[in-house]
Amino acid sequence: MQSAFSLSFSQSSLTLPNRPLCSSNASPRNLRFCGLRREAFGFSPSKQLNSCRFQVKSRRIEVSAAAGGNGAPSNKSFDYDLVIIGAGVGGHGAALHAVEKGLKTAIIEGDVVGGTCVNRGCVPSKALLAVSGRMRELQNEHHMKSFGLQVSAAGYDRQGVADHASNLATKIRNNLTNSMKALGVDLLTGFGSVLGPQKVKYGKDNIITAKDIIIATGSVPFVPKGIEVDGKTVITSDHALKLESVPDWIAIVGSGYIGLEFSDVYTALGSEVTFIEALDQLMPGFDPEISKLAQRVLINPRKIDYHTGVFASKITPAKDGRPVMIELIDAKTKEPKDTLEVDAALIATGRAPFTNGLGLENINVATQRGFIPVDERMRVIDGNGKLVPNLYCIGDANGKLMLAHAASAQGISVVEQVTGRDHVLKHLSIPAACFTHPEISMVGLTEPQAREKAEKEGFKVSIAKTSFKANTKALAENEGEGLAKMIYRPDNGEILGVHIFGLHAADLIHEASNAIALGTRIQDIKLAVHAHPTLSEVVDELFKAAKVESPASTTPQSVKATV
Amino acid sequence: MAVSSSSFLSTPSLSNSKSTISFASSVSPAPITSLRRVAFRSSSSHRRAMTVRSKIREIFMPALSSTMTEGKIVSWLKTEGEKLAKGQSVVVVESDKADMDVETFYDGYLAAIVVGEGETAPVGAAIGLLAETEAEIEEAKNKAASKSSAAVAPSPPPPATSSPAPAIAQPAPVAAVSDGPRKTVATPYAKKLAKQHKVDIGSIAGTGPFGRITASDVEAAAGIAPSVAPPPPPPPASAAATAKATATSSPPLLPDSSVVPFTAMQSAVSKNMIESLSVPTFRVGYPVNTDALDALYEKVKPKGVTMTALLAKAAGMALAQHPVVNASCKDGKGFTYNSNINIAVAVAINGGLITPVLQDADKLDLYLLSQKWKELVGKARSKQLQPHEYNSGTFTLSNLGMFGVDRFDAILPPGQGAIMAVGASKPTVVADKDGFFSVKNKMMVNVTADHRIVYGADLAAFLQTFAKIVENPDSLTL
Repeated sequence: MQSAFSLSFSQSSLTLPNRPLCSSNASPRNLRFCGLRREAFGFSPSKQLNSCRFQVKSRRIEVSAAAGGNGAPSNKSFDYDLVIIGAGVGGHGAALHAVEKGLKTAIIEGDVVGGTCVNRGCVPSKALLAVSGRMRELQNEHHMKSFGLQVSAAGYDRQGVADHASNLATKIRNNLTNSMKALGVDLLTGFGSVLGPQKVKYGKDNIITAKDIIIATGSVPFVPKGIEVDGKTVITSDHALKLESVPDWIAIVGSGYIGLEFSDVYTALGSEVTFIEALDQLMPGFDPEISKLAQRVLINPRKIDYHTGVFASKITPAKDGRPVMIELIDAKTKEPKDTLEVDAALIATGRAPFTNGLGLENINVATQRGFIPVDERMRVIDGNGKLVPNLYCIGDANGKLMLAHAASAQGISVVEQVTGRDHVLKHLSIPAACFTHPEISMVGLTEPQAREKAEKEGFKVSIAKTSFKANTKALAENEGEGLAKMIYRPDNGEILGVHIFGLHAADLIHEASNAIALGTRIQDIKLAVHAHPTLSEVVDELFKAAKVESPASTTPQSVKATV
Repeated sequence: MAVSSSSFLSTPSLSNSKSTISFASSVSPAPITSLRRVAFRSSSSHRRAMTVRSKIREIFMPALSSTMTEGKIVSWLKTEGEKLAKGQSVVVVESDKADMDVETFYDGYLAAIVVGEGETAPVGAAIGLLAETEAEIEEAKNKAASKSSAAVAPSPPPPATSSPAPAIAQPAPVAAVSDGPRKTVATPYAKKLAKQHKVDIGSIAGTGPFGRITASDVEAAAGIAPSVAPPPPPPPASAAATAKATATSSPPLLPDSSVVPFTAMQSAVSKNMIESLSVPTFRVGYPVNTDALDALYEKVKPKGVTMTALLAKAAGMALAQHPVVNASCKDGKGFTYNSNINIAVAVAINGGLITPVLQDADKLDLYLLSQKWKELVGKARSKQLQPHEYNSGTFTLSNLGMFGVDRFDAILPPGQGAIMAVGASKPTVVADKDGFFSVKNKMMVNVTADHRIVYGADLAAFLQTFAKIVENPDSLTL
């Protein structure tokens, strides 16, 4: 109920009388990430209820009933109301929300709880990046001197760093498991597959029925053909996160989020890096202006070089006293271009959906390049283009937006639908972040995308920009390097996209992504107050720098109430 | 650097009066409204315009904000020789507030970069030159060369990055050892360093795994001390010394004193001197009779032989008999016996000090050595020395005799085993063992050595051999 309530804000009119009073409830619980939801659930319901003094009584009862557990299925002819295949972040988010909504829920996991994000992705990589950030700072004599600090040469213990990453993964995995156990979600162990409509098999021969089924099987690292992964010298992110070695020189194939983050880790730990990028420029997918600046800060001054417009057609692991050999061919002409000899190669060419053995043929669903086709409500589409009833697919397996928090949001959206409230997730409001030093974050459209859309739909686009050099807190930290940029419609004040490169960019993006999700216009949000001096003023500067033709819609009173 | 035009200073957008970073910044709209700012540049410099009609424009450090006094070059977006069109971004400048792309107002070619990436120049200083036609690029480059030597924040011309004393005595296997057909493999950082120090990567022999060229190979070739790699802690002595140095310099300046920042060469000298404090050295002096040497010098002088060549040859021959004095202790763990005897000779050049190296001084004959020396001195004066010509020394010779100095002691350059300080040869009254007095020319030779590898007896024996050679100099001409 709590979440239903908060979700309703995104669509409901602004006239809800109790909205300002219950503003704490409006936090986007539906987008909560990874293991943090456990804590949120553990403490928040009662607390939030207390803070909403005018809460209707019936609501409180419903919430406590829901929190009380995972009771009997509402429909006696099924074992469960909802069965989720895959206990990654997406499945976990869906399960928690389902219990909250009073559904009897089971989650099937054939490997470890937590999926890629927690065990082989975002979580351990953040542990490594936390180390690399500190190393970078301690090694930067100039930076330290400018603070008046003296530090003798920083060193690191590889195993210690690796242990930090694996300990963090274990801790978050346990949090995740406990949060589901505490709520009474049935954790079923074994590989799950779809036997037929509303019927799922897991493990050897356990068959259960459910009113609705969510596929949330995620993805695995994608390795292009011709590349031989040995797990020692030619590796994927799965191996790299274990940090079994720090090679002197590592080639990273792909310069997207994964490649960039690993380049940050490896260069901080003393490796030299060579990027291999198939497209003509590094960091494709980022706003061009951001990637230009990012290259200036994250690539050029570091021990990194790169080859763009080339494919790694063949990579042979180091053996018989030979280094790792990488054959490069031109991405367009396919002509051989160069051969590299390096100590290791990390394949970061993206991720492929993990949908084999799911029994999709039983329900006549054909994958597209491995992805399960879905509509905007995550309902699975079969081979004839028809919707498969009661079957949904969320997260990396559907390929809509391969981010952990997107999967979780999709799962919550599905639960909303199966509990009787139509909901379509606004993907453009989902933020993304790359945790380099400094960080990169974004939400919505890039400038070229926005200009293309504007051309088609006939509206004007404006850009507001601000530099971290104008932010007091950033300067206090000696981290003035950075840029924030907002793309917006000057006619109505709609935010189309925000891109930030700078200190703590990943934490700063949410003011913008929430504004987009809630439909808040610039002329309104620019009146909100930010504590001084904080980095959040960077985003404030963006809002204030924007020139919007429409007047603010909020009345003076309600502004006062928000403050 | 005359600010020969005020055109950019008058650009309206520079009067960025509200752009103070302060408390107010949280309230007022962003001071930086646009990152793409002014173009700058200026018409050809006055004195040039008088004599030459060609259009070489100076690219100035623009004032990007009202408070900006100097700017740092973040990156050059164009390389030397590249064609520029009006309105194109040429360089990214970091002001006190933001990084800004700076555009050109003119078509032409980026002829020369005067202030390199990462360096700082005051507002109004020339940071690059723009030639109107391709033909003028050369001319602009020459102009840039004269500029950079005079500039306060100069770009590093190769010799300037050198040390007074060779930083690391790599026994110069340099070009000689490249093993034929293998393609050169250089690590990303090695390539970056090579570009930065203008070292031809093809001329370096790789010593890394699989024969690849690593950053330390490039640093050795460029004659700079290796940057502190993450794991090895720096010698605490030098850290303490640095701290001390900064502490002693902190008392307030006397009125009318001026502070002149080090040039790149002076910084290198300073760094090496501090580094030398981590080596335990000792000194041994020896008087040498030079009558015979002086006589020989008079004889061979018309053939172009210099005293420097004579002394280098003598030292080389003595070193050949005492290889330990030609050795070096690089990591504090063992001796490195150098395969060649390369005598570095300290030379004072305008505003600095450099040590051109006479390679294989023991093997080359006196005339070739003299010829070589002349060539090196010429190159040193015109800053044309290649890295291997000033950083491959295994033993250094410093002679202040021409100033009448009778004795002095030299600081051992890091990476070498010993340095010889030569004083003036002076008529001295000597008594022989029979009690007869006579007047002979004597000079004091004082050698500073690394006691980790060279011990007192080694050095004494070496000096004895050296004195013998000088006192019976016929072998020098063989």
